[in-house]
Amino acid sequence: MNPIYASRRRKDIIIRGLCVAAAAFGIGWLTLILGSLLWNGLSSLGLNVFTQMTPPPGVKDGGLLNAIVGSLIMTVIGVAIGAPLGMFAGTYLAEYGRHDKLSSVIRFINDILLSAPSIIIGLFIYGAVVVPMGGFSAFAGSLALAVIVIPVVVRTTEDMLALVPTALREAASALGLPRAYVITRIAYKAARAGLITGILLATARVAGETAPLLFTALSNQFWSVDLTKTMANLPVTINNFVNNPDPNWKSLAWAGALLITLSVLTLNIVARYVGAERTPK
Amino acid sequence: MSGTDSVTLSEGAGSMVNHPVKLAVKNLDFFYGQTRALKGINLSLYKNIVTAFIGPSGCGKSTLLRVLNRMYDLYPAQRATGEVLLDGQNVLDPKLDLNLLRARVGMVFQKPTPFPMTIYDNIAFGIKLYEKLPKSEMDGRVEQALKGAALWNEVKDKLNASGLSLSGGQQQRLCIARTVAIKPEVILFDEPCSALDPISTAKVEELIDELKSQYTIAIVTHNMQQAARVSQFTAFMYLGDLVEFDETNKIFTKPSKKQTQEYITGRFG
Repeated sequence: MNPIYASRRRKDIIIRGLCVAAAAFGIGWLTLILGSLLWNGLSSLGLNVFTQMTPPPGVKDGGLLNAIVGSLIMTVIGVAIGAPLGMFAGTYLAEYGRHDKLSSVIRFINDILLSAPSIIIGLFIYGAVVVPMGGFSAFAGSLALAVIVIPVVVRTTEDMLALVPTALREAASALGLPRAYVITRIAYKAARAGLITGILLATARVAGETAPLLFTALSNQFWSVDLTKTMANLPVTINNFVNNPDPNWKSLAWAGALLITLSVLTLNIVARYVGAERTPK
Repeated sequence: MSGTDSVTLSEGAGSMVNHPVKLAVKNLDFFYGQTRALKGINLSLYKNIVTAFIGPSGCGKSTLLRVLNRMYDLYPAQRATGEVLLDGQNVLDPKLDLNLLRARVGMVFQKPTPFPMTIYDNIAFGIKLYEKLPKSEMDGRVEQALKGAALWNEVKDKLNASGLSLSGGQQQRLCIARTVAIKPEVILFDEPCSALDPISTAKVEELIDELKSQYTIAIVTHNMQQAARVSQFTAFMYLGDLVEFDETNKIFTKPSKKQTQEYITGRFG
């Protein structure tokens, strides 16, 4: 065989080997994590998880009902506040402010916010809301989640609107459509799947956030849907239960972890499905 | 030519028809930032006449077209000076309502741009901006517009299908129907056939010829045969200058400028 070609072949095999090994390494750990989560979670998952409140230590029974409902409430409110703000800001970046200097500043700050550790956001809301309001509250928790949702939705909204062809905007403008109509009736429509995907992914992102809730909503051992009081939620409950020697708490923590993982997985699958039904060009 | 208020053309059978000026461009300069893309353009679009803009790439013909409905206003650092008079009213007036202008001066683009909605809504959408019609009347207007664009027979059984499901040529005629539906006075075509196959091109050209009985039309084209086929007046542009503007017959048979002759005979451009 030609020596130059032989050496190329060797290099090819080495590089391929490294890539496969790296992929296997990464996926291997992930599989172990998911495997042990499934193993421990499924064995702890019973009807009681969905029907009973979080138990006090040492009690045999109990479930996660208050934590599940609390997580749902705070996630929904957080997304309801954060998603519209994010969409408007993203729309400004992609449409009205596309050529403005201000946009690059906003984009830069948004990128920082996007990668800011969530505990910082928790502390910010603690200082800005919890302390002035005189106590932990589910409302503060929702706000912290909203602050995490905003940069994610800003980014996806801007990216998705940027994919809408300029020709489509020009065509709509050429019919005499006011700018707001061009954006809401044409650009949003063309980017619909991407916009929904962005919001779903932001929801998935905050569904499992623990740090921002630790300083804001705290947790609650009992049933409470009062937004001005502390509220139970899955991530903080898992955090509390897993660090406790009580075997019943440990097993409930596994069940909670499995529930969060499954709901995030579901949201991701739905997001993919919605994203794929993009109108063919 | 630009000084006259109208032109008289013979339209077969020896009958002479007078065409008043619909849109007059006077001393128009256009700038992309610091770059001067149009240099002192003077020409007129006459009523019920098709005017073709030809010239090599970068000569400013599309730029000129995009001044006529202020499309350039969507972008910063683009500006025009001079006058563009639509029935005597200056289109470049900053106080002018752009949306109303664009309702009067419609535009069809190079690539077909159907909106991501049904065929019916593609047409009805534009009408709803200006008129509130009962359903039956709207149905009539949609049908009329689609017939006007010679598309009705092909889509009448699938008005609720997506506009994107049509072929390229059909999509382009849908865009023409959409433009016609809001009853403009002038229609600007920016290389409307460059993305179409020859059969679709023939259909669109036929359509343009029919549309001129009701509208004033300007068309930018790279295809000189097309300019010769569809237009009565032709403007030849080069590097931002209007080199020659005259009746199409004259431009293609005995142009008065050497540059024009070299371009139409394919010696450059």
